[in-house]
Amino acid sequence: MPASKEQLEEIALSRREYNLIVKLLGREPTYVELGLFGSLWSEHCGYKHSKALLKMFPSMGKHVLVKPGEENAGVIDIGDGQVIGFKMESHNHPSYIEPYQGAATGVGGIVRDIFTMGLRPIALMNSLRFGPLSEPHNRYLMSGVVGGIAGYGNCLGIADVGGEIYFDDCYSGNPLVNAFCLGIGKAGCIVKACSYGEGNLVMLVGADTGRDGMHGASGLASRTFEEVRELRSAVQVGNPFMEKLLIEACLELAKTDWIVGMQDCGAAGLTSATVEAADKGGSGMDIEVQKVPRREKGMTPYEVMLSESQERMVIIVKKGCEGKVKALFDRWELHSDIIGRVTSDGMFTIRDNGQVVAHAPVNILNAPPVYRFRPKKPDWLEGLQELDLSKIKDVAPKDAGSTLLKLLAAPNICSKHKVYRQYDHQVGDNTVVLPGSDAAVLRIQETSKAISMVTDGNGRYCYVNPFIGGVIAVAEAARNTACSGARPMAITNCLNFGNPDKNDPYYQLRECIKGMTYACKKLKIPVISGNVSLYNETRGVAIFPTPVVGMVGLIKDVNRHCSSGFKKEGDAVLLLGGPGGDASIGSGEYLELVHGKVSGSQRIDIASEKNLHDCLIKAAGKGLLRSAHDCSDGGLTVTLAESCILGDIGFKGEVKTGGRIDAALFGEAQSRAVVSLDPQSVRRLEELAYRCRVPVTRLGVVHGSRFALKGLIDLPLGELDRAWRNGL
Amino acid sequence: MKFGIVVFPGTWSDRDCYYSIHNICGQDAVYIWHKDTDLSGCDCIVLPGGFSYGDYLRTGAIARFSPVMDSVADFSKKGRPVIGICNGFQVLCEAHLLPGVLRQNDHLQYRCQWTYLKTVNNTTPFTSKCKKGQVLKIPISHYEGRYYADESVINELEDTGRVAFRYGTPSGEITGEANPNGALNNIAGIVNKQGNVLGMMPHPERSCEDILGSTDGNIIWESLIAGI
Repeated sequence: MPASKEQLEEIALSRREYNLIVKLLGREPTYVELGLFGSLWSEHCGYKHSKALLKMFPSMGKHVLVKPGEENAGVIDIGDGQVIGFKMESHNHPSYIEPYQGAATGVGGIVRDIFTMGLRPIALMNSLRFGPLSEPHNRYLMSGVVGGIAGYGNCLGIADVGGEIYFDDCYSGNPLVNAFCLGIGKAGCIVKACSYGEGNLVMLVGADTGRDGMHGASGLASRTFEEVRELRSAVQVGNPFMEKLLIEACLELAKTDWIVGMQDCGAAGLTSATVEAADKGGSGMDIEVQKVPRREKGMTPYEVMLSESQERMVIIVKKGCEGKVKALFDRWELHSDIIGRVTSDGMFTIRDNGQVVAHAPVNILNAPPVYRFRPKKPDWLEGLQELDLSKIKDVAPKDAGSTLLKLLAAPNICSKHKVYRQYDHQVGDNTVVLPGSDAAVLRIQETSKAISMVTDGNGRYCYVNPFIGGVIAVAEAARNTACSGARPMAITNCLNFGNPDKNDPYYQLRECIKGMTYACKKLKIPVISGNVSLYNETRGVAIFPTPVVGMVGLIKDVNRHCSSGFKKEGDAVLLLGGPGGDASIGSGEYLELVHGKVSGSQRIDIASEKNLHDCLIKAAGKGLLRSAHDCSDGGLTVTLAESCILGDIGFKGEVKTGGRIDAALFGEAQSRAVVSLDPQSVRRLEELAYRCRVPVTRLGVVHGSRFALKGLIDLPLGELDRAWRNGL
Repeated sequence: MKFGIVVFPGTWSDRDCYYSIHNICGQDAVYIWHKDTDLSGCDCIVLPGGFSYGDYLRTGAIARFSPVMDSVADFSKKGRPVIGICNGFQVLCEAHLLPGVLRQNDHLQYRCQWTYLKTVNNTTPFTSKCKKGQVLKIPISHYEGRYYADESVINELEDTGRVAFRYGTPSGEITGEANPNGALNNIAGIVNKQGNVLGMMPHPERSCEDILGSTDGNIIWESLIAGI
């Protein structure tokens, strides 16, 4: 009997997709099979709207060991026989419905992606977006999300070292919660999420299976926010203690030769874990659902297969090793049960007490359709990209100081210490640069190396100009990385967009990906993993298109790392990068905060950007720099002020104002950084900058306890500090 | 000198303790699984930080029943040094090897930050290398770190010099602002009557190298080494 409209709606499949399934199978699917297809063909698991676009990203590089889509996370070689793997993933919809558990299980999921591969997770970051905190509901969401990240992450003993938080009206009904995790291991140690070898055993390890998180992939992540309000049962509940035990037990197991593969139960639970592993290994699988330990009575095979109960792993155990594997998990007080076996028939078979309830080819289940559209540029975009400067009143010199204070206190710029002090950012004895600088820096124990990591993504830029916004998302992350003294190695990303069935969000998605691809190619940075979160809209209004980039860089000598704060009285302060034109206030923080406008496209020249990175990395490597801080939100003056606040020391100097004062002080011209250094080193830096074709301007000197820009601003540092520290 | 580092399910600063004791201070260190009871050969027992048993029920309340804890109690009764850090401090209180409890921070939030500890008593085996009143820069990372005990216990601790560390300012002043969790009398660490069991909320194993921002934590291991 063909599936009813209600059935298809429950699993978010279209009639056309249903007909395709019937055609491929040569029959109507069973009820359980339909559930499998619903999950595996969801946007969340199947990437059916985004796959064609994601292929644009470059993923090549000498050091890239695991490319996107191959395993749970991308992996790169950092030399000395060591590898790191990292990935970022969204948990937006669950966090909106139940902020604490939604965010907590987001952390849990991304951590599992890393240790599944045999890598020890050593760092977390979070990229968050909320509506303005003036609304009580947004405060509720933020405190729940931050509490969930802290509650789960702190329990695991993984340092949570950074990220970013931005606020805008468009996120009020659609907060974004993107979690990043990085793990480290030895070259050649990577465990694959793979199943092969007829007669090998399928083991399920960790938590019992309940009804929590039913339809998470098809129901929550593949619908708009409007539809999900009543789907609280689709949010999973986390148990970080269980996860911690799983980390230790699975890493111990990864060192043995008892297994052929390991895969965590994430979105679509047992279904995706088993089908994906079988597909990758080119095998079949035969599962008996009665063997799955449950925490609830009366669960149907359908519910068992689609439950998203957390803290569960599927392990493909070599025949004969099951006793040793079980003993290992017993020692960690974790359940482990044999729930099926690997077959060679290429079929995915599910039995309930021996009776077959699903029997479908693995390669059909795991091959969702790929959709391509030809979106057209939205009419409204043209107008948004123009900015009539004559209609915007410039800042009067006497108001420059008060405008600076206003910007420093703005939620998008001010200190986020009230958030990150709730995260354990030092566990592991690796964190060299703590949260609050441009990028976090972690040293690699027993080597002289360090890695830097950062997340970045400016939704406003992407809203006004999706292509340029995409370019800047990558460029700014790379600039932050270079400011820490690190050479960018690779990126992961989380693409948060609206409903891809509509023209405008799809256009934004395509243009952003094109922009990011362009920047990645020009800067020679591969994309090694990522995640797509679509349907981020409420009542037909989409969020700003928000691609978030997670970038990791390598520092050869940890002692040559750099941070944002000024360090020493008397140091020279220089600007690396050219002057910004008047249009640089476009789509910036100043324009929105002071003039209430979001318009005017930013500009970027990727060659200048690359030159700046080369100059920063070389200068840091030679030990010329005492601090480096990239110019971004709030422009040059905010950058200078932040370097003062972070270093607890003043600045005295001058900013040239040829055209508009606001553009010179607060314009967000790209490809610039403020550095401080020993006055003796200035000549050497200028020569280096000249060779790298980076313009240099001497701005002033680190001095005293005031912030003084000649003729414009003269404020005590304490006043800046208070504004910045108490902004949230 | 040989340190035994106890690992409960959910412990996470075991590896950092091992690193600072072995890699930095050059001492022998072994992990002791919580179900093992043999502490022979160890000169000092470390109960590290973390979330033993997920902090479920109450911090340290389940871990105190682990088989290893009877051995730890015997070890301490022989006058040999035992140090509990963060969750280890909570376990020692639950096991009644130290008086008082660690309650939720007064602001009801987790805190990870640098703190400045004023050494109140530098005659214990854990602080013998500190100068009197020396300020140590050592970070905290906890949700339940507010030391509390009834008045008579607090008075006894104060009168008998059993407060080892207090939270203070970088210059060593004891102020309300410098107290990160609302602990009574800014107490960050205490010792038992015999002086051979120390519990402290801050993490000395994290202050072990300049590159990490401080080496002040090493002074605790060095004091112990000097005492053997």
